[in-house]
Amino acid sequence: MKIIVCVKQVLDTAAQIQIENGKVVSPGSSRIINPYDEFAIEEAVRIKEKKSDTEITLLSLGPEGFKDSIKKALAMGADKAVHLMDAEFEGLDSYALARVLARSIEKIPYDLILCGRQAVDGDRAQTGPALATFLNIPFVTVVTGIEFSDDFKNAKITRQVEGGSEVRELPLPLLLTCQKGLNEPRLPSLKGIMAAKKKEVLTLSASDLDAETLDIDDKRMIEENLCLPPERKKGIILQGSEISGELVRLLREEEKII
Amino acid sequence: MSVDRVLAVVIEHDHGETKPVSLEVLSAARKLADQISGKVVAFCFCREANLSGDLFIRHGADEVRFLTHPDLQHYIHENYVSALLRELEKSAFDYLLLPATNNGKELSAVLSARLGVGVAADCISISVNDGDVEAVRPVSAGKAHSTVRFTGKKPHILSLRPNVFRNPPIARQGEIVEEAIQLPEFSQRVRELVKQVGSQLDVTEARIVVSGGLGMQGPENFKLLEELAEVLGGAVGASRPVVDNGWRDYSNQVGQTGRTVSPDLYIACGISGAVQHLAGMSSSRCIVAINSDPNAAIFSVADYGIVGDALKIIPALTREFKKVLTS
Repeated sequence: MKIIVCVKQVLDTAAQIQIENGKVVSPGSSRIINPYDEFAIEEAVRIKEKKSDTEITLLSLGPEGFKDSIKKALAMGADKAVHLMDAEFEGLDSYALARVLARSIEKIPYDLILCGRQAVDGDRAQTGPALATFLNIPFVTVVTGIEFSDDFKNAKITRQVEGGSEVRELPLPLLLTCQKGLNEPRLPSLKGIMAAKKKEVLTLSASDLDAETLDIDDKRMIEENLCLPPERKKGIILQGSEISGELVRLLREEEKII
Repeated sequence: MSVDRVLAVVIEHDHGETKPVSLEVLSAARKLADQISGKVVAFCFCREANLSGDLFIRHGADEVRFLTHPDLQHYIHENYVSALLRELEKSAFDYLLLPATNNGKELSAVLSARLGVGVAADCISISVNDGDVEAVRPVSAGKAHSTVRFTGKKPHILSLRPNVFRNPPIARQGEIVEEAIQLPEFSQRVRELVKQVGSQLDVTEARIVVSGGLGMQGPENFKLLEELAEVLGGAVGASRPVVDNGWRDYSNQVGQTGRTVSPDLYIACGISGAVQHLAGMSSSRCIVAINSDPNAAIFSVADYGIVGDALKIIPALTREFKKVLTS
């Protein structure tokens, strides 16, 4: 089986952020693999452990710094990587990003594409389903369970919906966006880290992909005025012997919630 | 009245019931429509038109279109996309508003890709500026906000976060249309939805969320939170360490790597307030924090704080709420 795993690098979720010149900054904070993409990588590696003729190709679009996450994902067990890197790719919206990813995938054979259910910075949850749409393959989002048929030609997919879950059966090839609960991502082993150093990372630019023939420069929208959320008004600490009753009174009479 | 623009709303429903968030989306569309002399059309894809069209009208629809097909009993994105594209061909709309649920987000992504149009995802406020709609949306789970303006082709798509756009229904007039539609065969592509389990109130949709952290000291103590949530008609949430310890299901997790929530009331019990947790819940309308550590970060976002042992305070709170709510 040939699996493509899409990987994005994001700011550590534990990081405090500031806004400078319309951009998020967080000096000294580390970058991590998007947590939902880690579930995708782990799932691919687990499939390979069951089906040894599996080949896992990472696909990542981002600047030079993304190499750290690509290395880590290779150390977790992916076989090789394609790194799409070009100044022209900066600030692409989800539509354009998915167009570029789809173009790069035209040259890679696959049976399964795994993505995270969303990147924890943009929080749009758009790229995965948009990519499947451009590739004209079926997809399931927010996946918490994958069960293959014995011949790996079909899959039974569990998907999270608000208040429950649903199960669908689909033939491969297909694209899945992975949600927490699917698995527990491993830490790379020392052996994995050593092996990763020898694995192939192919870097492709916009011109390698003939990206100028994609309409990625057409603006569909402008996302701007990045700012910190409005500060919450200072709260009060309740004291005294009748705290519970007082809180209920406040929520009822002042906040009018109860 | 001359109508300038058409605002389409896709109704999300499940097991024969309209999702409350769909009524919120209708209310938000109504508010926008009133500012741009627009018309709100509610699209309800279903097997049979057994939902209340009047309810959609009272929440803001000028026209309700029940589009029926045997395959539309459950949401399946391929069917919804086909049906929507067919409607769009018949008559253009300027804006398409959806709930920012798992279904709404994937629908908006597919339509964006098919039509080459922009999406403002998970909006928490929408307004009209110079005749154009713009939307504020959280990024990094709410650590920052950005503003989206549309520039390209229409329809411009907005998905709206649950719980943020609630408005009471009003008496209004509107038109209800029912039509059986054709859908392409997806037999090879997508087999039927085989089962659907669970119908508990979701943390993202609950008006009140009672959430527990490591300060709850063990999974067995979460029954205290369940009791409180039941009295309040809310849902139980959890912090990441609680979920990572296996005390609660991952669907309960609130924070940057879980669910981002904006309920009317968020009660944080024994939660210290890690950065990624605060990101996921600090847009709640009112926050109550109960924690034994007076220096816990959770108090920095709380409207009301109680310093003390959550295990002792929660049962007392439950009793007080019960008293008030049953009297």
